[in-house]
Amino acid sequence: MARVKFLCDADRCIECNACVTACKNEHEVPWGINRRRVVTINDGKPGERSVSMACMHCTDAPCAAVCPVSCFYTTADGVVLHSKDLCIGCGYCFYACPFGAPQYPKVGNFGSRGKMDKCTYCAGGPEADNTPAEYAKYGANRLAEGKLPICAEMCSTKSLLAGDGAIIAEIYKERVMKRGYGSGMWGWKTAYSDSPTG
Amino acid sequence: MPGSLSTLKVLCAALALLFVVAHPAAAQLSFKPTAEAVQEDKLLNALKEGDKITGRVSIPDKMSSSLIQPAGRDWRDFQRSTLPIIGGVAIIGMLAVLAIFLMVRGRIRIEGGFSGKTILRFASFERFIHWLTASCFIILALSGLNISFGRMLILPLFGPEAFSTMSGYGKWAHNYLAFPFMFGLVAMFLIWIKDNIPGKLDLQWIKQGGGILANGKHPPAKRFNAGQKGIFWIVIIGGVLMSLSGWYLLFPYIPGDVTTLQIWTVIHAVIAMLFIAAMLAHIYIGSVGMEGAFDAMGTGEVDLNWAKEHHALWVEEEQAKGQAPSGTAPRGVPAE
Repeated sequence: MARVKFLCDADRCIECNACVTACKNEHEVPWGINRRRVVTINDGKPGERSVSMACMHCTDAPCAAVCPVSCFYTTADGVVLHSKDLCIGCGYCFYACPFGAPQYPKVGNFGSRGKMDKCTYCAGGPEADNTPAEYAKYGANRLAEGKLPICAEMCSTKSLLAGDGAIIAEIYKERVMKRGYGSGMWGWKTAYSDSPTG
Repeated sequence: MPGSLSTLKVLCAALALLFVVAHPAAAQLSFKPTAEAVQEDKLLNALKEGDKITGRVSIPDKMSSSLIQPAGRDWRDFQRSTLPIIGGVAIIGMLAVLAIFLMVRGRIRIEGGFSGKTILRFASFERFIHWLTASCFIILALSGLNISFGRMLILPLFGPEAFSTMSGYGKWAHNYLAFPFMFGLVAMFLIWIKDNIPGKLDLQWIKQGGGILANGKHPPAKRFNAGQKGIFWIVIIGGVLMSLSGWYLLFPYIPGDVTTLQIWTVIHAVIAMLFIAAMLAHIYIGSVGMEGAFDAMGTGEVDLNWAKEHHALWVEEEQAKGQAPSGTAPRGVPAE
């Protein structure tokens, strides 16, 4: 099976935030929680770039390593998912995550953390595919329907790519070759120990 | 003078003109937006330890402006490798030391035997505060240790569902009991600080090793000896550090910065392990380790002979105040 990944071509991202909005709508993500966000580096300066970032579904994921109740698992496609039934909302995954992906509703005591929510690569959770229970906890399961994540599917500049890691890396390399520049495969070095230029 | 000033003016104007003419051309030649784009590789290489790549976000959650924080990997390594070693060495090491001590020294007896007469050592309010703090501490310690070691030790026994349920309740207990613990901490500080100021007697007590090794040679002490003062200050300083770091973990949105939170979790975890180890020694000496010691926090009334052996000067003070029976039993220690 393919090892699926995200790749944001920052030289194409126009910071329209449509990926953020589409994600929130697709999964009915509650207020205060963003599974995906667009961060603008060097804002207002020459060479400004925007990067759309969510869970990168790391190889040897730090969140899974530090979880005190071991609620994470990696699917055959390399998607890192978690069980909200097991999660206790301790916040450890947030401390360990290099990309700030884990988010928490403020429903714990004194407004502290509730059960963690993060990008599922539109692949749901441990429940049976596309059941109401799965949708309520994790949102839509597009992968089970043979579709790619909504954020990448509807990206207007095709900046955000999702799919087989080898294929999207090849597409990115071709782009860099053709246009002669590229600011890097953001997060790949940290998430997959890949060289950002390679 | 006016001549040189006008010359300067002309020179300036010429320079300015040169700049206006030359600059756009130079800019057109050198400014390539693509070439000057931020490179992830360069940004990552420029990061200092614990640093992160941050930018601007248009959503209200400012914590999400951190794009990549490679330090998360270091925090993972600390949680998975360093902390279990610190905790294991501190706690198992302390248990081993106490076991060896019990085997070598045995239970510390009252040398004069029980006199049958008692003296009030801790009033009911003091005992209430002690046990309030102590019972909170035990639950906080167990639920905290469960976070650090539960996945390794308990999860394989209980299975994921039962372990998660237990840990979930543990987290709620940890969050709620933090408050009575902090209250107890403040109360203990206020009621016992006056007897816990370090003094000259403490040096003598430490020099004699608290009389712990040689029988019948108890150094004189007031209400609290140097060892007890040590426990007091460990609890106060450790408790304050735990409370402060715990406050940030309980309200993680206050600092609004993941690096700060990582530092507080490390402080919380390391101090917790050392604190638990120190409290094991305190529990040992107050129960199994010393005859007559538990009564102080049990009934509040200790045997007069125990009091004279361990706190000769305090007994004299109490007797002077007329608040203690003037015992006829042999003294453990001369006043000098």
